[in-house]
This record gives sequence, structure tokens and C-alpha cells, in this order.
Amino acid sequence: MTSHAKPTEAGPVLHVPVPHESAHLHVSGEATYTDDVAELSGTLHAALGLSSKAHAKVTRLDLEPVRAAPGVVGVFTAKDLPGRNDCGPVVQDDPILADGLVQFVGQPLFVVVATSHLLARKAARLAIVEYQDLPAVLTVQDAFEKGLAVIPPMRMVRGDAASALAKAPHLLEGEFVNGGQEHFYLEGQVATAALEENGGVWVHCSTQHPTEMQHHVAHALNVPSNQVHVECRRMGGGFGGKESQSGLFACVAALCAWKLKAPVKLRADRDDDFLITGKRHDFWTTFKLGYDESGRVLGAEATLVSKAGFSADLSGPVMSRALCHFDSGYALNDVRLTGFCAKTNTQSNTAFRGFGGPQGALAMEVAIDTIARRLGVDALDVRYRNLYGDQTGRFTPYGQEVPGDVLPRLLRQLEERSGYRARRAAIVTFNQGSAYLKKGLALTPVKFGISFNATHFNQAGALVHVYTDGSVLVNHGGTEMGQGLFTKVAQVVAHELGVPLAWVRSTATDTSKVANTSATAASSGSDLNGKAAQAAARAVRDRLVEFLAKREGVGAEVIRFEGGLVHVGPKALPFREVVGAAYHARVQLWSDGYYATPKIHWNRETLQGRPFFYFAYGAAVSEVLIDTLTGETRLLRADLLHEAGRSLNPAIDLGQIEGAFVQGVGWLTSEELVWNSASGKLLTHSPSTYKIPTANDCPLELNVALFDDANPEDTIHRSKAVGEPPFLLAFSAFLAIRDAVAATGPARCAPKLDAPATPEAVLRALAALRLMPR
Amino acid sequence: MSEPIRFIFRGRRQELRGVSVQRTVLEWLREDARQTGTKEGCAEGDCGACTVVLAELPGLHTAPTTLAGTRGAQLSVRTVNACIALLPTLDGKALFTVEDLKALAGGGLHPVQQAMVEHHGSQCGFCTPGFVMSLFGVYQTNAQAPSRQALADALAGNLCRCTGYRPILDAGQAMFAPAKVDWDTAGLRAQLEALVRSDTFLYEHDGQRFWAPKSADALAEVFDAHPRARLLAGSTDVGLWVTKKLEALGDVVWVGGVGELKRVERSAERLTIGAAVALEDAYAALTALVPQLREYWLRFASPPIRHAGTLVGNVANGSPIGDSAPVLMALGAELALRKGSRRRTLRLDEFYVGYMKNRLEPGEWIEALSVPLPSPAWRFVAFKWSKRFDSDISAVAAGLAVKVEQGVVAEARLAFGGLAATVRRAAHAEAALVGQPWQEGAVRAAMAALTQDFNPLSDLRASDAARREVAANFLLKLWLQTRDQAPLSPAALSVWAART
Repeated sequence: MTSHAKPTEAGPVLHVPVPHESAHLHVSGEATYTDDVAELSGTLHAALGLSSKAHAKVTRLDLEPVRAAPGVVGVFTAKDLPGRNDCGPVVQDDPILADGLVQFVGQPLFVVVATSHLLARKAARLAIVEYQDLPAVLTVQDAFEKGLAVIPPMRMVRGDAASALAKAPHLLEGEFVNGGQEHFYLEGQVATAALEENGGVWVHCSTQHPTEMQHHVAHALNVPSNQVHVECRRMGGGFGGKESQSGLFACVAALCAWKLKAPVKLRADRDDDFLITGKRHDFWTTFKLGYDESGRVLGAEATLVSKAGFSADLSGPVMSRALCHFDSGYALNDVRLTGFCAKTNTQSNTAFRGFGGPQGALAMEVAIDTIARRLGVDALDVRYRNLYGDQTGRFTPYGQEVPGDVLPRLLRQLEERSGYRARRAAIVTFNQGSAYLKKGLALTPVKFGISFNATHFNQAGALVHVYTDGSVLVNHGGTEMGQGLFTKVAQVVAHELGVPLAWVRSTATDTSKVANTSATAASSGSDLNGKAAQAAARAVRDRLVEFLAKREGVGAEVIRFEGGLVHVGPKALPFREVVGAAYHARVQLWSDGYYATPKIHWNRETLQGRPFFYFAYGAAVSEVLIDTLTGETRLLRADLLHEAGRSLNPAIDLGQIEGAFVQGVGWLTSEELVWNSASGKLLTHSPSTYKIPTANDCPLELNVALFDDANPEDTIHRSKAVGEPPFLLAFSAFLAIRDAVAATGPARCAPKLDAPATPEAVLRALAALRLMPR
Repeated sequence: MSEPIRFIFRGRRQELRGVSVQRTVLEWLREDARQTGTKEGCAEGDCGACTVVLAELPGLHTAPTTLAGTRGAQLSVRTVNACIALLPTLDGKALFTVEDLKALAGGGLHPVQQAMVEHHGSQCGFCTPGFVMSLFGVYQTNAQAPSRQALADALAGNLCRCTGYRPILDAGQAMFAPAKVDWDTAGLRAQLEALVRSDTFLYEHDGQRFWAPKSADALAEVFDAHPRARLLAGSTDVGLWVTKKLEALGDVVWVGGVGELKRVERSAERLTIGAAVALEDAYAALTALVPQLREYWLRFASPPIRHAGTLVGNVANGSPIGDSAPVLMALGAELALRKGSRRRTLRLDEFYVGYMKNRLEPGEWIEALSVPLPSPAWRFVAFKWSKRFDSDISAVAAGLAVKVEQGVVAEARLAFGGLAATVRRAAHAEAALVGQPWQEGAVRAAMAALTQDFNPLSDLRASDAARREVAANFLLKLWLQTRDQAPLSPAALSVWAART
């Protein structure tokens, strides 16, 4: 654990582990989430009526029993929408309410509004719906074979893969399947809408993307954007699940409020949330890798097929990022990648921490592991052999240069401090002496590209207000979902104005304050909004400097802002006196700030360019114990080393790293989504059946450290984004399980283990090894 | 005559009328009292965002659990899930939520809260009130910081999706460092004493009645008179009929108000567990008898569920994936049934007759459950197989016992859950063992015979093939762990052993 000095009132506010700005509210129950906001008088409650068929025409929708139910005030369908029936973020194929055709079990058909949440839920179950079944496609393989896709296939090519494969001494052909993942944000989807005067609509919504909510609601109601006002103070978790998928809830709440001219809240029950919303994409990846005796990969071809679900949602961008991360940390100079977003009659899969990156890179890491096993060498050595560098190559399959040598240095450091080699030897000994329990070990790297692939999203705005008493208010386009963005931005502003952090207050993200914002996603929140807020604060400070320089007759260079004081040469003036005086001198004490990420460009047709401003790196070692009689696994120890550049807040960054790791371990072990193979209904639709990690799944020995290295790019105070990259650290746990399974098989065996490695999946892999010749 | 529901909240007595018998404590808190600190994450008792603490007078038959209030009297203090607790069951208790803690600490953050802030135990903060209340439960029932492992077990019913738990576990240990906040419970005790009822509490709303009898005789009488009423204990399953199926329960008879049914008694021959004994207390008593049950106990649901739910309720509910029946069958449990004043006993392995069906007659109920004290001749293990260690529903559960005399299996009780429409014993596998030497050959034969005993389903938890494989391997583990020559320790056979 890295130790850091505790912040003090007058001390530095940057690069210090200050608590989350809302921590004292979280622990006392005083932090207000959307459902906690004091309800307006007369607030009504909505519930959605859901499809019970995976693919069908609706031949009868009798809503009379719903209307007649106690407490019901209104029932609405697609026909009641004044505007466009769509909440698709990229392609317009995502109906808010199904209109005659249902495309997955759980698709909303209608909404009922009643005087209470319970009465609305009861009424929603009373509809009489008749269907005419259509053929339903439920698996990614089935959809691929039928050529069903939500967008055209994508191709990323560099060099000549075919001849490289033909010339390579060894060929590995394989496939890897990973399951999806439910976000399981603890706060489910929720939106409240109310009318404002003159055609205005206010929506308080748990969302990572207020601007998109504003656009969807405006289109659905057929009003201009300036009539729609979307607000979000905080979310109880997002993880990507409230980037586009909050749209349906915002639109339905707004529709109900619009029709009834009353405040309406729509809060999905957890089971409904599972059934309605999309998840992390399952991927089915087939690959051919050519390699030599040293394990160097000479050529690669792969087809990545994702389970998009019934609509495009963000499946295209997710696939772009998957293709951009298939290289993991390795130079592939002759490579040909195909991406296919399969259309299935299931929930429309969406953004989830890593956004396709984990799925792309994991397939490669499994392949590298297999190559090492075939060659009979430690997988870590094959990894070193293939890392980007002067010997292997410096350009990604999409043509971006990978500068520097952070990853090899970071891997060596982790190998050292985790005692990897000695533990490897100890595990071999343990396994020889243990008949039924086996241990496994793996060290895996992370390289993750930072920026939205789509260049135009890489912009942000902020407002900084300095009031005449010296207190400061900051507002920006980013949303707070627990990741600590508001804390980091407040630190940046406090630093810029040289005031204690306690003087800076963050307020709800609000489309009427900063316009045309991007989703808080792609790990970019503090990179973008931190820079924008810095610009805004700096503009105010510059005006104060100009005012003081003139008043005091000094040069600007002798004026310094620190600890709530303004130092003018040897003189120290209280900040609040300075701003008071500046106000009277008619100096503007508030400002906007704007930032657009430099240097990046991306060609969506050729999938070439420099989509990422920089890369973030990390690595992890995991040690597991498995029970060969039950397939149960336990993570005994994990060592994580991850870089956050010059961390703005080491406590928050460590929290992101550990949290992402455990979330990733959940994805790859206990979290299994199961659909009924006949009806297409999601069977794991609540925490009783869908198992995310608990405190007992956090390894008893967990060593986490920041790899200290300033970002060579000019990011906010040389920090690096940290939201998504550490999710990939969890690969080490999965590959350690694979390692333990391999310990039961013949020499050089490579177990067939798909993700998640549930006890049953581990048993299957063990059984397959028992059939192999010794 | 209907009386109001009376309980202590925010230091004052609440008297509620005019709310549904089925209203949950969480609905009341959030929607009626507008106290929104307590969150709804799942409404089924699986995520812990709604965790609250209930304090009550330690009954005649229940030990106090709190060390707090050295100046005042001791209380029973336990966490429960507000989302599936029904409001009338609060009668006579004190309800504490996250909003109470600052007041208990004199206005500032309570040490539990302060530790969570200092150790960065919250990120999005939505699960945090639940964690704070679970930690508060730990704080009140421990004199000093428990081990990290014990803390993780205490937090098994609280899900966090952000932190990965390490900072919360750190906070749980650090919260004991500052001077202990002294909770003066004398006043609260007096308030609770004023709520004690000697006769059956009847609450009625909109034609639906809720009876909370105070004696077993009164319970027998009211249930005999109203045999169609729903008998309710911890509402850890029935609560979901309310919140998920949106069912009307009809009239309710609640066993939780009967002090004498909370009794755990140990005679020279048997351990007897009353109908209202919480799972936590029942498993504590069983594990004291059979230490091998410890891992199984920890894997059974979560602390808040074990505080609310009862062992007898778990048995009476009769789910084929209920975890108690396999171990109780293996231990040779008997049920004491009662209808009015008529009593009879029935062996547990004769109790279930089909999927969610049992031999109870209308108006009949399980007054107590008992197991014989184990003799050294019996070799016993219990296993559970699920995707997650904590609080998961078993794909396979097993209670396995063999009586070995002079190296030969004299009796076998091999009971499995998750393999059939009811929890039941494996007759063929038992037959393959009985009369045979306790050696690998007989065990392998029993493993093979299991295929004749069960024809399990494939479902979201596991395939039929995997269920068979694991069930058979459980028999192998029984043998490996209890064979005469070189038995293996649990540490050589369970990935969880090192933790318990």
C-alpha cells in the first residue's frame, strides 16, 4: 500500500488522498439519490409492462384491466408519444415502448401511472397481451451463422496476416467465449419528471449522460432541447449501465409527466431492471496465431463476434474498442481482425467498464497463455517476448504509435515485488503434494487506450463561480457515480484558486448549466472535466491577478494564490477580501472553461488513426486455489501494480483500481448470466440468482500500489485516467484458475476454460483434461 | 380488537394504524416516514442496502447480544433486511437506521461512520448505509475489532459494487480504535418495557388480520381457529411473495412474538430448537454439537437473513433447495407437530411428500425440531455447492452421515438437496454402503448408486451432469475425511477451510 501524507486545511490539495467529497453524506444517509429527492406534491408513480416473448408480433394489447386497477391514473403506449419513439444512442433502432413488435423478453410495451409505486406495479401485471411468435435468435453463434447483425461488420488490418501465418513455424487455432456481465449498480434505473412553465420539462435522472437524456426526451416529446432540463447530482453506481440505457427511463417518465401534467417517478424494480437493460457483451472470438519457438507472435487473424442484443445501442463503438484492444500489450505487425455485432432477441447490450476492451484483450491473453503452455515455458516469458518495443514493433493494428517502455518496466517491478518466480516454484511443489486441491498463478499486463474512440466526444465544459465571500462553486458536464470525479475536479479548482478544498462546492450536473456535454465514460471524466474546470478557474484567477497587479502596482509574476491567501510579493491578503474588492471594481468573478483533447483523430471507415491521447498501464499477479472435486475456486492473493500518472488523489485511484479488479474477478468467476434456451427469458434476474463478489471474495492478501510515473502527455496535472483500465487486472485471476486446472493434466496441456470460470465450468475443463492422453 | 403497531423510532414511540399488514419496513421508512437514508437495492434481502438494526428486550429464552450500554441494560441488537420485514413485526421493538447514528454519537459522525470516511469505504455511497448498519451491529456486539475474516463473514449480506471491499474491512477494524461510544440503553429499555404485551397482539387493516400470539398455546388456538391463515416466522421467503409476486397473504399468524418458542434446549439425549429460534441461534447450537457444520452455517444466507429467518421456518417452507433439511436429515431430526392441543412427532425424512408439499394438516404447525446428540460412531460432514461462497442458493447441498462399527457401515443417512423435488435421502447409495466395510470400494459403489437415486434438473444454477458429479464427489469427500487410515483434513479438501 502506498502511503501518502494526510491533507491539512492549509496544505496542498492536489496529489493527496482526500476523502470523497460526499463521504460524510454517504455514511450518514444524507446523500440524496434520485429516488431520495423530496417529492413534489402530487407525485405519481409509473411502472412498465413487459413483453413475455423473445420475438413476436403483438396481436392484442388489452389495457382495460390495467386502467381499471386501483389507483391508476393513466396508461400509455408508443402511440401516445408526441415525437419519435426511439432512444438509440447511435442508430435509431431502439423503441422507447415496443410498437406492435417485441424483440426480447422484458421489452417494455406500455407504462402505467398510479398513485403509488406498489399500485403501479400491481396494475402493470394485469394487461392482456396476445402474441404471434416469430423465430427468435438467442445465441451469438446462431446469429452469426444466420448473418444477423445490428451494424455492418468491421475490419481492422495491418500488414499481411495471411502470409505471416503461412510462414510461421507454429500455428494456434482456437476460440474463446466470455459471458456478459450485469452492471448491478446498487441504485437501479430511476427518473422523475415534472413540467415547468411554458412547455418546459425537468427530469431528474440517474444517468451518466444528461445531454443525451435531454436529446432523447426532446425528440420523444417533439420539443426543442431548450425546453428540456436534465439534472443528476449523483448515481448509486453506473459502470456504463447508465450511459445510454437510462434513456428509456428518462423518456417514459417525461412522457407520463407530459401527458398527465403531474410529476411522475419511474423507478424500476431490480428484477425489471435486469430484464429490461443491456449488459456487458458476451463475445465469441475465433483466432489463428502464427508463432515461433520463442513464443513471438508473427501473425494474427481473429473474428470477434459480440452479442449485441436486439438493437445497436453502443455495440458498434464497443466493438471498435474490442478490436483496438485485441493486441493487449503486444506488437502484432501482421494482423487482420473482423468484428461482427450479432443481433439476438435479448436485451440490447451496452457500455460496461472497459467497453469491449476487456473482451478483446482477454482472448489474446488466453491465446498467449496457450502458446506458452504448448512451448512448455512460463507465460510471463512469452508476454515479455511480445511486448511493444523497438525490437518487436511500436505500432498498434490501428496505426497508433506506442511510445516508451512503461509496461516492461512495470511488469519487471511487479514480478520482483510479488515474488513471482519463487511462488511459481512453491506452487509446483504444493501441487505435487496435494491430491485434490491445486494452486495456480498468473501475471497479466494491461494496456488501455484513453479517449473516446469517436473524436468529437473528447470535449468538456465547466463553470466556476467565485462568490463575494470567497466561497467557490464548480459545475461541469461530468457526472458523479462514485468514481470521485467531483472530488478531483474540486481539488483542481481549489488548487488553481489557492483555497482550501472545503471552500469549493460541487453541484449537480445540469444541462441548463453546461451544454452539449459528453457522457461520463471512457475513463475520461477527470481528464476532460478537470481540464475544463482548470481553465475556468484559471480565467477567474487571471482576472484577479490583473486587478491586483494594477491596484498594487506590481508585476503579475509576484502574485501567488495559496492556502486561502493571495500573496502579493511579501504581502498576504485574504482571498475573500481580494474577491470582495474585485467585485466592487467590477471584475467578473465567474467563468466558463472549455477543453478539447489534442492530437487525436480516428477514421471510422478504415479503423485507423490515433484514437487515444495516451495509454494507461498496469499488471496483476493472482494466486488461486481450486477444488478438483467441486470446481470451486478461491482467490488467495493478488498483487496489483497500476499507474495513474501523477495521481490527483491516490486514495480515490486506489479505490478505482481495487474496485475494478474485484468487479473483473466477479465477471470472470461467479457472475453468470443464464437465459432460458427456449423462451429467451433471462433467468438470473436478481441478486439471489446473479452472484457478484462479496467481502469474502476479496482476497485476504491484497497488495495494491500505484506505479508512479508522470503522464508524458499534458493531461490534468500529468495524471492518468483510471476508471476502466484496472478492470483488466482481473485477467490474472482467470488465468491463474486455468493454470491450476492445467496442473491436473498432462505436460504442455492447455485447458479449455471459458469465462466465467464457475465451479461447473472448472469441472468441465478438468473433465476434458482427464480424457487427454498422458 | 385491532391495536396499533407500537415501536420505538428516533427515540420516540410510534403508533401506527391504517397501513397494510403487508407494508414492509422499508416502504414505511422511505415512503411514509420519508426517511430515505435506508436504500432499496433489490427488495429481496440479497443486497443489504436496506440493512437496519432492531433492538429488543432479551427474552426469557434469548441471550442478550449487545455489549453496549454498560450504564444501562443489555439488549438484543441485530441487523435485518428492512425490505422484506413486515411492519407489524416491529411491534415491541426499536428500529434504528443510518440516520440514528450521529445522534447516538452525540451529534458528530459515529466511529463507524468516521472510519468509513477515513478509510475511503464509500464510492457511490448507495450501499453505504447498509454497510454502516452492519458494521454498527458488529460494533455493538464486539468489545474489540474482530478478525478480518470474521468481519467479512459479518458483511456477507452487504453487496458493494464499487470498492472491492478492502477499505470497508479496514474501516471495520479501525472503528474500534477511538474511545467506544457509550450507548446508554437504560432509557430505551424502559421504553421497550412499556411496549410489552401479555396477550395476543391483533392488528387489522382492510379486512386483513395479523395475530402475534404471546404463548404457544395461544398460537395453537388461533391457528386452529384460522387454519387458512398464513403462518409467518422471519418473512425471509414470504417477504418476497409480497415484494416480488405482489401476492395478498391473507390473514397472518406470526410466531415471532412467542418467547417460549425461542427456546433452545439440550437434554441428555436431544437438542430441541423451538419454532421461533432464529437461524443464527439454531446453527450456533447445532455447530456447538457438530463442529463440522461451521462452514455450512456461514454459507447459509447472510447474517441479516439468519437473524430474521428461523430454522423451523426453513424446514416448513420445504424448498428442495432449502439448506437446512439435508443436514438435519443426516443428523436424524424429528419434528414436533401441533394442531390445537394435539401433538405428534414425525421424522424429518418422512415430512416431505412432493414439491413444496409436506404432511402438515390444516391448522397444524411445527412447534419444535430436535436432533439426537451425536454419538462418536457417527461420522458426519455437510457440504454445499454454489457459484459463490456467501449467500448463494445451493445447486447441491448434502448432509452425509455414516455410523461405522468395527470398520463396517452399520447405518447411513445420506441426504441431498437440489437433486429432486424435495430434499431427501439417497436410498440406493445408502444401501450400497450399509453392511460394507468403510473403504473406498463401498464408497465408489455408493457414488455409482446415486444415479439411481436422483435424476436432477438442469437450471440456471447447474446442469444435471454437474450436479450428479458433485453429489458423488461429496460422498468421496465424506470418505476421505472420515476414513480410518490417514483421513484428510478439511484443509486438504476444501478451498474454504483456511478461512473458517
